[in-house]
Amino acid sequence: MAALTPSAARAGRPAPGPAGRRRRPRVWRGVVGLVAALYFLGPMVFSVIFTVDVPGQGFTLSSYSGILDAPGFGSSLRLTLELAAATIAATLLLLVPALVAVRLAAPRLRVLVEVLCSLPLVVPAVALTAGISSVLQWGPDDFADTPLFQTFNEIQNPGFPVVLLLAYVLMALPLAYRTLDAGLRALDLGTLVEAARNCGANWPRTVVQVVLPNLRGALLNTVFLTLALVLGEYTVASILGYQPFAVWIVSVGGSNAQMSVAVSVLSLVLTWVLLLLLAAAGRGRSTRPQRGTRRSAATTAATTVQENS
Amino acid sequence: MTTAHAAAPTPAAGPSSEQAGSGAAAAPTPRTGGSRRRPRATGWLAVLPLIVFVLVVFGLPAFAIATNAFKTAAGSPGGQRWTTGNLDQSVHGAYLTALWGSVKLSALTAAIGVLLGLPLAHAVVTSRFRALREGVLAASGVLANFGGVPLAFAFVATLGNSGELTRALGLGKHGWSLYSFTGLTIVYLYFLVPLMVLTITPALDGLRAQWREAAQNNGATTRQYWLHVALPILAPSLLGGFVLLFGSAFAAYATAAAIVGSSVPLITLQISNALSGNVLAGQGNVALALSLDMIVIAGVVMALYIPLQRRSARWLH
Repeated sequence: MAALTPSAARAGRPAPGPAGRRRRPRVWRGVVGLVAALYFLGPMVFSVIFTVDVPGQGFTLSSYSGILDAPGFGSSLRLTLELAAATIAATLLLLVPALVAVRLAAPRLRVLVEVLCSLPLVVPAVALTAGISSVLQWGPDDFADTPLFQTFNEIQNPGFPVVLLLAYVLMALPLAYRTLDAGLRALDLGTLVEAARNCGANWPRTVVQVVLPNLRGALLNTVFLTLALVLGEYTVASILGYQPFAVWIVSVGGSNAQMSVAVSVLSLVLTWVLLLLLAAAGRGRSTRPQRGTRRSAATTAATTVQENS
Repeated sequence: MTTAHAAAPTPAAGPSSEQAGSGAAAAPTPRTGGSRRRPRATGWLAVLPLIVFVLVVFGLPAFAIATNAFKTAAGSPGGQRWTTGNLDQSVHGAYLTALWGSVKLSALTAAIGVLLGLPLAHAVVTSRFRALREGVLAASGVLANFGGVPLAFAFVATLGNSGELTRALGLGKHGWSLYSFTGLTIVYLYFLVPLMVLTITPALDGLRAQWREAAQNNGATTRQYWLHVALPILAPSLLGGFVLLFGSAFAAYATAAAIVGSSVPLITLQISNALSGNVLAGQGNVALALSLDMIVIAGVVMALYIPLQRRSARWLH
């Protein structure tokens, strides 16, 4: 920019150009921002008003105070949180070793992993559910006399439906893969690992003390996205007939619209708080400069291994 | 990427061997040999659980859809036979209306989403406030993944029959209804516009200031710059964004189910009705045929999106 101004002046283009250019966008940007803010904040604000302003009663907080005692609230929330924890653990356990291995040892498997993780994108959740319910039909139809029948019953246990867990992990794969892959791409993993190994760290220690800490930001992002997915998931659970949190909200909405909106508001606030927490936690050394020279990577690994000895 | 035999570079070997003492110096040869043989096996072993998982959890339902969509219902007279009747049913009558409704809604919302997302993203990218930019991108990340039930209820509270805005402005008298095609369009944009902002921001970041300056130095107006420089460069990204938004809107179910029940004909709602036997019993396999229709359309969408994304990536270095 600095270099441009004199040359522009030499070319006989006086100041009005840039000045005019600067004033117009400001107004335009303000308008765009205002409209967007109204549209995106409006429903949130009106939701809150809706929950505390009951027609005929005026201001009241009853829709919030009644949530905890509402039938099914505790059990559905517990089910959702359990599913979320299990989904996050399973997703990371499946993906992190696979992606690290692809980077370090088996680059030829890379395309395969990418295709595997992108497949769920082609099957919308409703279609996947249709397929799953069709597979679950095989239990009583085809395997009634075999030990497999037990398995079919077991994964549909209403207390902890494993079938939901499997579906959620599958649905989380595409996003989780992209997030983790982006995180790994920013690292010179080969050099890091090599340096750690040369400093005398064994494989498990290399992974725990060098690879994972460097992936912290990507891991936290993955955790958040997966958590958001499970907290809000309605399609699979409702069609298969389970009642985690999102399904419970809808069932409450049938009898008490105020309360269901109140719960929605709370779940939103919860999501935002989680995001902020994760953003704060990941602000450490999540992103490192792309041009980490071999030397600095080696030194980082060396110091990490040294410090933790 | 780099295999172990590339060995630690000499500059690093200096300081690190001082620090690590004899540990590193003692065992270079066996370790290189070992680490070259081991990773290949461990690589396969580490990827194997993922392969097995996807094969089972994705493969079985996919197989069930692909086969049962072409079979008569389990309890039908004369046992199960191969048939194309389900597919035939899935593209006629009420099901065709629903499929067409879904395509219309998705195309409309995706187009509006692209048109609104572009100026919004541009305003954010060209802003000098880093905090604003970070904030908007973080918010977009949340909102883009915020479909479903809470979104539906937020709009019911705002624009529903007894919503705050509806009562305040007397919209009901003017024939406004949230439980309609128009209502759903407005709701869908709530998660599609942020998705577009997320998708297009990297492309807008790739528009170099030099190009704009070069255009201006050659006497181009802002309109000409956009028409002849920026939009052609952005075109693949914009198209890719449209395709992505279309796919998202097409697959959405929870939002529509929580808002309209089934008063707007959408393919996703029809599938769930057919599965639960709400309307007609024994439609399970028709639901699978409908799912197959959806998968074909989603597959076409992905097949269009990937090359577009590749093309747009060319400018983003």
